[in-house]
Amino acid sequence: MSESRNGNPIVAASGIVKHYGHLEVLRDVSLAVGRGQVKVIVGPSGSGKSTLLRCLALLEPIDQGSIALDGEEVAWQARRGQGGPRERQLVAHRSEMCMVFQHFNLFPHMTALENVMVGPLHVRKVAKEQARRDAEALLARVRLADRADHYPHELSGGQQQRVAIARALALRPKVMLFDEPTSALDPELVREVVDVMEELARDGMTMIVVSHEMRFAQEAADSIIMMADGQVIEEAPPDQFFTNPQHERTQQFLQLVKT
Amino acid sequence: MTFDWHIFWQALFSQSFVHGAELTIAVAVISQAVAVVLGLAVAVMRRSALPPLRWFAAGYVWLFRAIPTLLQLLFVWNALPQLIPSLKNPWFTPFLAACVALSLNETAYMAEIARAGLAAVDRGQILAGKTLGLSGPQVFRLIVLPQTIRVIIPPTGNEFITLLKLTSLASVISLRELLTVTEQTIAVNFRFAELYSAAAVWYLAIVSVFMILQSQVEKRYQWASGTRRVRPGVVARVQAIGALNR
Repeated sequence: MSESRNGNPIVAASGIVKHYGHLEVLRDVSLAVGRGQVKVIVGPSGSGKSTLLRCLALLEPIDQGSIALDGEEVAWQARRGQGGPRERQLVAHRSEMCMVFQHFNLFPHMTALENVMVGPLHVRKVAKEQARRDAEALLARVRLADRADHYPHELSGGQQQRVAIARALALRPKVMLFDEPTSALDPELVREVVDVMEELARDGMTMIVVSHEMRFAQEAADSIIMMADGQVIEEAPPDQFFTNPQHERTQQFLQLVKT
Repeated sequence: MTFDWHIFWQALFSQSFVHGAELTIAVAVISQAVAVVLGLAVAVMRRSALPPLRWFAAGYVWLFRAIPTLLQLLFVWNALPQLIPSLKNPWFTPFLAACVALSLNETAYMAEIARAGLAAVDRGQILAGKTLGLSGPQVFRLIVLPQTIRVIIPPTGNEFITLLKLTSLASVISLRELLTVTEQTIAVNFRFAELYSAAAVWYLAIVSVFMILQSQVEKRYQWASGTRRVRPGVVARVQAIGALNR
């Protein structure tokens, strides 16, 4: 368990509102994550968890509110006369908050090694030899050194997700976002991915994780955020969250998850 | 009158047939190459956020698929020089006209194939590219394009074979491609069976070579960690059998 850290939050979202047509998916969501903190977001499906993550990853424009990364405002609502953030600025900031997806989304035409090298090579403009050495080291870190030359379809789901984590790590992001990283995995493959994520947390990576993997939440999270109907309804450290949830919706949700 | 093999062999390797086949291949390869590039561009426009680009793309496909290819050839060769006087110059040859007409025509078909190919790329791939900080053009070039190409190779092979045979339409604009040459030779010696057979053999040979090329390209897009890889299951089975025999 990591101790709470002080200082400015590395990610601060305030008052985020997001619509899809008439549907209001996020209703005034605010959240602050300190350097090295791990936040786990839980909640019933349709509560807006994944949308929040995609907004934070700058993959979806927000309709109201703002997102700051390391003190710099990186996303805001389109204002009259000013417009929203420019695509070029978004591109520059995205690699700082790299996302890991439920379905891995590895590039099928690249080997595991090439997948990990894409970011450093084309975004960070690292020299090829250096990128290769770094990628090999990262694959070793997620225990896939012997799978470097395999293509994604030749790997198991757990292996693919670990490659995806290495691919995101290769950019040395300030924050990593995980969108249900284990829910597409066979039960026996969940552990190997959770192990890697717990290691990352111990190494001080700032993480925002949407997951129903309660063991990870219990062991690695600094705090757990409960979302429902597009709002944050409760945030508490794991001990308190699991033993003494305040909100009725949280109690109901925990009942469902436990059974 | 029996089949005269001498006439057949003579025609097959005659200078005019070889030259006709060269023209046929050249027109087909150039038109197909142009159509692949332009077709991709039209398909990308079809998915653009800007309505005028989408309308243009849809209109292009509609126009060039609806009008008969033969009419397009005749239009480019006969009507275009009337509208654009500078095309009356000698540099505007039947060869060039055929390439222009067939490229424009084939682009419409390739645009539809490329549209299917682009749609086949999972949206998650684009998100994954973006989250790594790749720009829009980089996502297209590094991630979308290779996956699209893999999907469109087989239908593009189909298109190429069709196009190769469509070049024979260019006889109406006096391009001396393979079938024109055949007809002209027959007009002199009336050996239909021998000369048609010689032409057929040329088409067969050309298509066969391109089918081999296509399978080579497809292999490059298989994305496996070793084409002659022995699957572990097979190795285990062989070893197991070996152990039994011992």
